[in-house]
Amino acid sequence: MEFLSYFGGVFEPVAFMLLLGGTIGGLILGATPGLSPTMAVALLIPFTFQLEATQGLILLGAAYTSTVAGGAVSAILLKIPGAPANIATALDGHEMAKNGQGAKALHMSFMASGVGGVIGVLLLIFLTPVLAQWALAFGPSHLFWMAILGVTVIGSLDSKSFVKGLLSGCIGLWLSMIGYDDIQGAQRFIFADALTGGINIISALIGIFAIPQVIEMFAKGRMIASISSLEVEKQSIAASFKETMTYKKALAIGTVCGSVIGLIPGVGGQIAGLLAYDQSKKFSKDKDKFGTGHPEGVIAAESANNAMVGPSLVPLLTLSIPGSPTAAVLLGGLLIHGIFPGTDLFDNHPEVAWTFINSMLIGQILMVIFGIYIASYAAKVAKIPTPIMASAVMVLALFGSYSIQQSFGDVQIMLCLGFGMYFLEKFGFSAAPLVLGLILGPIAEANFTQGSMIANAMDGVVPYFFTGTLNLFLIALVIASVAYSFWASTIVAKRSAPIMEDA
Amino acid sequence: MKASIAEHRLASGGILLVALWVTYISFTGEPSGAFLFPRIIAVVMLVLAAWNFVRAIFGISKIGDGVSWELAKTIAPGIAIVLIYIFLLAKFLGFYVSSLLAFVAIFAVYDPAPHSDIKSWIKRIAVALVFMVIMYGLFNLLLKVQTPRGMFF
Repeated sequence: MEFLSYFGGVFEPVAFMLLLGGTIGGLILGATPGLSPTMAVALLIPFTFQLEATQGLILLGAAYTSTVAGGAVSAILLKIPGAPANIATALDGHEMAKNGQGAKALHMSFMASGVGGVIGVLLLIFLTPVLAQWALAFGPSHLFWMAILGVTVIGSLDSKSFVKGLLSGCIGLWLSMIGYDDIQGAQRFIFADALTGGINIISALIGIFAIPQVIEMFAKGRMIASISSLEVEKQSIAASFKETMTYKKALAIGTVCGSVIGLIPGVGGQIAGLLAYDQSKKFSKDKDKFGTGHPEGVIAAESANNAMVGPSLVPLLTLSIPGSPTAAVLLGGLLIHGIFPGTDLFDNHPEVAWTFINSMLIGQILMVIFGIYIASYAAKVAKIPTPIMASAVMVLALFGSYSIQQSFGDVQIMLCLGFGMYFLEKFGFSAAPLVLGLILGPIAEANFTQGSMIANAMDGVVPYFFTGTLNLFLIALVIASVAYSFWASTIVAKRSAPIMEDA
Repeated sequence: MKASIAEHRLASGGILLVALWVTYISFTGEPSGAFLFPRIIAVVMLVLAAWNFVRAIFGISKIGDGVSWELAKTIAPGIAIVLIYIFLLAKFLGFYVSSLLAFVAIFAVYDPAPHSDIKSWIKRIAVALVFMVIMYGLFNLLLKVQTPRGMFF
């Protein structure tokens, strides 16, 4: 119950204001189609430099939580999911809005998000210290395999193509090695002056997540926006709460699905929402009503995508393995403050770790309150014309990437990586494994080098890295993740060609 | 629309060339100790890139929409503005002035409102000005980031 003693930190004036600002801003950003939670958090990181580590993380955590929930607003009122995690919400949410129940759908979505989110964060609170203690037994070889596992799991699960997913991870690992090698004092892969200091992770994240979305907005051309938002009726919050609580089964299914999915690195909120929707439909007495504006669909999907948020941070905070692209961006936010996840975080910076986690708990409650009150206004923001969004994100990306080290080289790298990622995505490569490779590369290499030194003084590299129960277990997981992905993309692709067309 | 086989071949060929270059540098770079880890990654990357290329050659690789001629024509003006903005104007004119120009240019190019309409130009400039004032407040006043001032600001 150590976390209880750090609740006070959340209510310090600056911290609480950041929590409020992050929650409200996140709800608005989340409601804006085209701004994914990952991109929103990446663009916010430069604003955390001037803040203390705890305050910066509170802002990022609040934005993460509320952008996921805010995406429901545009999913319900505009039928445009604010983020992939809200796809399932649109199925029944928009139908409810069309039936004149828009406000009820919004209330229910935020209440369900709150329930799922609180349970997800409680899971984070109780699981994290246990896993962090377990991680104490990890030596360099285990940490090396953990980093490799992080890349292969995300490369395997977060990509439609087995080869391209792993290749993306390798490209990320290679990018992480560009620059000056401190240990050997050598320059590696420097083919432009801007690369001398290596690739700054935050600039890279901004480029990889923001620039492809800017180009996607360009791709819409000079289309006349035909987004029509449905009007929101007056609805009693108490009545919405009472009705939400009658759908306990949908809430439970959503929360369980979201929590479990969140714990698996790389699976993400989209799967959580769709799985919860599907399971809720299977177990419902009113299967036929799904898709026609049934509250159970909204509740299951929204409780799942927010229940995923807390557990997705468990592997990040304990083992340095981000469970989602947004968690990878949060890892970048931790690293810029010189804080490393794992036992270091809980032993040496408990006030940072617990205040951040507690703020996510309070943030869930704030998200419900503000979500309900500003949802209908947030929908108006969602109608901002695409050219304005594209221009704004582009300018923010320039200022954000420059402000990290006051380096114009970072801006150029940000842009080049962004353009590169856009074209890679057009050929089936995905950003998540590349980012994971970029972030986990230095961890993998540092532990590989350290492990090699220990191994040379002992029995040699092969016994050190390839023997021992934990090493073998981790290697088995690496092989299993690759094998599963291979199986999924060859066998399953033959059965369901429209879903997976490529191995 | 799916990418054509030729597009997949071109893209995977490009990635294979990068993988070959990374492998070459990893095996020839000095001191060799600094390239031990890169060598391992480069070999895996090369194998995967070659596999990806072979799949593209045989027309098995199908994922991805590719970049059609129509798409290229649509995004080209925006990309050109961004390239001019970042590589030519940002440092020369100063971050704030160049950003204002880039904002108006992108807005104008992709705004469905007619270019001959004076009101829409006033709207574009007004929106860009308001946004840049917010950016100035956030970055200059709040975060104290000293951006390149260039010729103007």
